[in-house]
Amino acid sequence: MNAPRALVRRPWRSAAEASALLVAAVVAFPLYWMVLSAFRPAGEIESSEPRPWTLAPTLDSFRRVFGQQEFGRYFLNSLLVAGTVVIASALIAFLAATAVTRFRFRFRTTLLIMFLVAQMVPVEALTIPLFFLMRDAGQLNTLGSLILPHIAFSLPFAIWMLRGFVKAVPEALEEAAYIDGASRTRFMWRILFPLVFPGLVATSVFSFISAWNDFLFAKSFIISDTSQSTLPMALLVFYKPDDPDWGGVMAASTVMTIPVLIFFVLVQRRLVSGLGGAVKD
Amino acid sequence: MPAGAASAVRRRVRGRRGSSRSSPRTWADRSLPWIYLAPALLVLGGLLVYPVYQLGLISVLEYTQAQVSGGEPTSFRGLGNYGELFRDGQFWQVLLATVLFAAACVGCTLAVGCGLAVLLTRVRALPRLALMLAALGAWATPAVTGSTVWLLLFDPDFGPVNRVLGLGDHSWTYGRYSAFLLVLLEVVWCSFPFVMVTVYAGIRAVPSEVLEAAALDGASQWRIWRSVLAPMLRPILAIVTIQSVIWDFKVFTQIYVMTNGGGIAGQNLVLNVYAYQRAFASSEYSLGSAIGVVMLLILLAVTLVYLRLLRRQGERL
Repeated sequence: MNAPRALVRRPWRSAAEASALLVAAVVAFPLYWMVLSAFRPAGEIESSEPRPWTLAPTLDSFRRVFGQQEFGRYFLNSLLVAGTVVIASALIAFLAATAVTRFRFRFRTTLLIMFLVAQMVPVEALTIPLFFLMRDAGQLNTLGSLILPHIAFSLPFAIWMLRGFVKAVPEALEEAAYIDGASRTRFMWRILFPLVFPGLVATSVFSFISAWNDFLFAKSFIISDTSQSTLPMALLVFYKPDDPDWGGVMAASTVMTIPVLIFFVLVQRRLVSGLGGAVKD
Repeated sequence: MPAGAASAVRRRVRGRRGSSRSSPRTWADRSLPWIYLAPALLVLGGLLVYPVYQLGLISVLEYTQAQVSGGEPTSFRGLGNYGELFRDGQFWQVLLATVLFAAACVGCTLAVGCGLAVLLTRVRALPRLALMLAALGAWATPAVTGSTVWLLLFDPDFGPVNRVLGLGDHSWTYGRYSAFLLVLLEVVWCSFPFVMVTVYAGIRAVPSEVLEAAALDGASQWRIWRSVLAPMLRPILAIVTIQSVIWDFKVFTQIYVMTNGGGIAGQNLVLNVYAYQRAFASSEYSLGSAIGVVMLLILLAVTLVYLRLLRRQGERL
């Protein structure tokens, strides 16, 4: 599969493996420290001699997090926003990617370039006009004000990436399907869609992360109705720059990171092959 | 685009042979791609193109709190806002900081990502899995969470890093450069996995016979990378570079959280945060929009360079 064994001499491989493990430990350390701090008793976090273990793990910080305000509600809000964004943008991007790879039509190249350019748009700068747009549409303080922009901002990258996957499906397959009497719609959803699915998974990672992480839109559009707030905002409740409740912040961070980790572990295989497929075309 | 006029639909494989079969171009046939594109264009038009237009519009108007909630009529200022911006010394300082910071982030991310991708191909399954999982963990960590965790790690009173390095209660966020360095470390930590995984996937797609042939011909490891791998990976390297540039130029959350909104006296501001602070903290919406337009133009220039590079490599869109 990988670099042929014969290429790598033994002492070099040992050194390479040792450094790989070392790097893995360093990269994983912040996450370890986060979980560790979440389980520490309050006195131990605020100690000037931090030890890389704890002898008295406790759920106090988690209790504080779930007790404060409506943390469960924020969690569900975040899940709802990210879930809707992932599904909607995957479907819309699939249709659009099919159009730009399987059809020749006027303005096709122009559109493709526009999709690329659209990725450059600094989302944060658009907060200002989007704020006015949402206000005029009466969407401030609703989850819709978070969902819609995120769909829009994850589309260009998703279309750009899915293109390679749709292209990779042989045209002969399409011809064969028509000869067998399948309609175009049937071909799209019964044949093309399952074949492109790994690509959809890879792209959905990106839309999931951007929606789940979003902090700016939530901060700007959810201004008065805190019941519509999302996790990043809830986390920052514990983080006061001068006197942060580190236990609370780390417990909230852990709760916020776990769903993404689960999502990543689930899609890990497809992600690697997906990224490979996207860039190969 | 001659192909658009010539063929009915996606028949380029069949070419001449297929012409006998090509169905008459009906209205439905011709409009089908547009039907597929409709949802995407609708969403992008309403929530991307229109806001960009509005951004440009607001940037040439007088638009402050008085217009937003006071109901005062907006007045046209032309390029007045830009003039004000360009005369503002802080803007140039922030612009310079943004470019240098983004460049440093991109450079470090690419170096770390590519180096580790090559390392991944040199090790057996177990270390590879360990590194892959650690990297996926870092990638999966939300920006807000990552920022707070790194702050805790480097906390002057309770953080382990200062203990290990024996720095006492040295504050990393106090000095301008050490604060930027701290943010850079976090940004590289959470963005190198994308580069690593993508480049690794690319290396794996290189047929092993090619590498074996090179090795049989007596090429050294470095020679193999330089003469075989790097040229074959060039499209992938182009993609990860441009994505890193886009992402790192627009860093927001890390700066906002880790330096508490731009650092002491705004010493750690980058354009994105600066625009946000001007617009929402000081209610100078038109100035904030003007900064947004400047960012947009810079990134557009980067895109054009990228497209030219793609074209020079003979890549077809």
